[in-house]
Amino acid sequence: MGANLFANYGEAVAMILFGIGFGNLLLQSNLIKKIIGLNIMDTAIYLFLAEKGYIAGRAAPIVKDGVQSMEVYINPIPSGLVLTGIVVSVSVSALMLSITIRLYRRYHTLDLDEISLRLKREGL
Amino acid sequence: MDFVQNFPAASILLCLFAGIISSGLKKKAARRVNTILILIVAFLSTCTLLYTMRTGEAFVYVMGRFPAPWGNEIRAGVLGPLVALFFCVIMLLSLEGGRKKLADEVEEEKTFLYYVLMDLLLASLLALIYTNDLFTAYVFVEINTIAACGLIMIRQNGRTIEAAARYMIMSLLGSGLLLMGICMLYDMTGHLLMSNIREQVIYLYAAGEYRIPLLVTIALMSVGLAIKSALFPFHAWLPDAYGYSTVSSAAILSSLVSKGYILLLIKIIYRVIGFDVFYNSRIIDVLFAFGLMGMIFGSFSAIRENDVRRMIAFSSVAQIGYIYMGIGMGTQAGMTASVFHILSHAATKSLLFIAAIGLTDVSGGSRKLVELTGAAYRNKWAGAAFTVGSLSMVGVPLFSGFISKLLFSQAAVQNGTKMLPALIVLGVSTILNAIYFMKTVIRIYTPVESGKYESISFNKMKLYCLTLVFFVVLNVILGVSSQPIVDLIEQGLVMFS
Repeated sequence: MGANLFANYGEAVAMILFGIGFGNLLLQSNLIKKIIGLNIMDTAIYLFLAEKGYIAGRAAPIVKDGVQSMEVYINPIPSGLVLTGIVVSVSVSALMLSITIRLYRRYHTLDLDEISLRLKREGL
Repeated sequence: MDFVQNFPAASILLCLFAGIISSGLKKKAARRVNTILILIVAFLSTCTLLYTMRTGEAFVYVMGRFPAPWGNEIRAGVLGPLVALFFCVIMLLSLEGGRKKLADEVEEEKTFLYYVLMDLLLASLLALIYTNDLFTAYVFVEINTIAACGLIMIRQNGRTIEAAARYMIMSLLGSGLLLMGICMLYDMTGHLLMSNIREQVIYLYAAGEYRIPLLVTIALMSVGLAIKSALFPFHAWLPDAYGYSTVSSAAILSSLVSKGYILLLIKIIYRVIGFDVFYNSRIIDVLFAFGLMGMIFGSFSAIRENDVRRMIAFSSVAQIGYIYMGIGMGTQAGMTASVFHILSHAATKSLLFIAAIGLTDVSGGSRKLVELTGAAYRNKWAGAAFTVGSLSMVGVPLFSGFISKLLFSQAAVQNGTKMLPALIVLGVSTILNAIYFMKTVIRIYTPVESGKYESISFNKMKLYCLTLVFFVVLNVILGVSSQPIVDLIEQGLVMFS
C-alpha cells in the first residue's frame, strides 16, 4: 500500500489539497478565505482528474503529422471534464464574490459569524 | 423512433431558450413566457408519461450523433415524466400564489430576472430528472444551485443575502463531494453514462476489486447530495433561506429544489451503483440513522420556533428525514414510500407556505405566532388552506400525508431489523408534528375581540384563493386516489434501473 501511495503521489497530493480546501470552506468565518478554500477544493479535483488522465510519455490528443494510433495520445475526456469544471467553478466563485461584496457594503465586515450575530441583534 | 421521444430533450432546451429570451424582455412579457413555458412543459411531460405507460418500458434518446459509450443520453421511464409533470404543476401554483407578494417585495425592474431564474431552475430540474449522464447531472446540479441562490437573494435585505451566502457555502461543499465521487467513479469504470457505469460496477463488485474506493465513492456521492438536500445535521442554512425569501421562492425551494437532488440520489442508487451494491455498503444505514434523527430534531426545532415561516421551514427538515428514512430502509417498499412522500410533501409544503403568507398579511405583516391569533377569521380561505396543509402534514386520512405515513409504516413492517426504530420514530414524529401544527391551527382559529387588523374579502384575492383551492384539490387527490400513483411509482422504479 505504501508503495502504491508513492507511485500515485499526484493523487495523494490532490486528496490532501481537497481536504485543505474543504476544511477552509467549512470552517473559516472570513468569506474571502472561504472562497479561497472553495477554489483550492475545486482545483484539487481538477488535479486529480488530470493526474488520472495522463499517461506518461504520451502527447495531448491533437492529431499531429497524421499519426492516428491510439497509443500515442492520452485520454481526452478528463481534460474535457476539467474544462467544464473550471467553467462551473469560475461562475460559482463569481457569484460568491458578488454576495461577499453585498454583505460587505451592508455590514463593513467579512466575518460571516459576526454578520449573523448582528442580524440576530437587529431582530429583522 | 417515435416523435414523442423527442419531448424530454425538447422540454429541457425550451426552458433554457426561454430563460435566454426572457432576459431581454420586460416584466410582463417575461412572466407570460414563463407561464406558457410551464404549461408547455407540463403538456410535453403528460405526452411522454402516456407514451411510456403505453409502451411499458423506458426509452433512450441519444443527444447528438455519437452512440452509447461516447455520447450523451437522455432516458425516460414512467417516473421521470410523472415527477416532471408534478413539478410543473407545483411551480405554476406556487408562482401564482406568491405573485402579489413578489410585486411588493422585489424591485420592479428586477422582476423579470425572477422569471429568468425560474426558467433556468425548471431546465435544471428537468435535466436532473431525465439525464443519463453523470457529469451532465453534475453541471445541472450547479445550475440548480445558482438559480436557487438567486431565488433567495432576489428579495434584497441583510437576512436574505446572509441566508444566500450560507446556502451557497453548504451547497458548494456538497457539490465538491459529489464531483469528487463522480471523478473517482469515472476513474474506476472508465464511463460517464449511467448504464455503462452500472455494467462495470457489477463486474468490479463480482470480481471483488476496488472494494474500498467503491465504498468511498458511494459515501462521497450520498453525503454530497444529502448536504445539498438539507438532511439533518446539514440543515443550518435552511430556516433562514426558506424563512426570509419571498414566498414563491420558499415554496419552490422546499418543494422542488431539494427534491431534485433526492431524485438524483435515487437515480444514482438504481442506475449507477445498483440497488444491491448500495444496499450491501453500510452507507444506507447511515442515511437511515440521520433520517430518523432529522425527523425528531427537525420537529423539536419547529416546536421551539415562534416565527410561522421558520416553523414551516424546520418542518421541512423533519420531512426530508422521512424521505431519507425510506431510502435507508433498503427495500422496494421503502423507496416507493420515499418517492410518494417527495410528491406529497411538495404538494403540502408549498400549500403551507402560500397559506401562511395570507395569514401573516392580515396580521400586519408580522410572522410571530402571537400576532396570528384569529387570523383565520380575517382571511378565511388562507385559514382553511393552512388547516388542510397542517392536517395533511400530521397524517390525517383523506389527505396526502396520511398515505405517505401509511406507506412508510408498511415498508417498516416488512423490514425485519429496522422495523422497531422506524415505527417508534414515526409515531413520535407524528405526535411532535401534531403539537406544532395543531398549536398553530388552534391559534389562528382563536377569536379575538377587537379588530386590531382588518380582514380581507374574497373579491380582493380571487387568484390567490383559486391557487389555494387547486393546492387543496391536489392534496386530496393524492390522498384519496393514491393507488394509481403508487402503482406508477412502483412501475417507474423498476424501469429506473
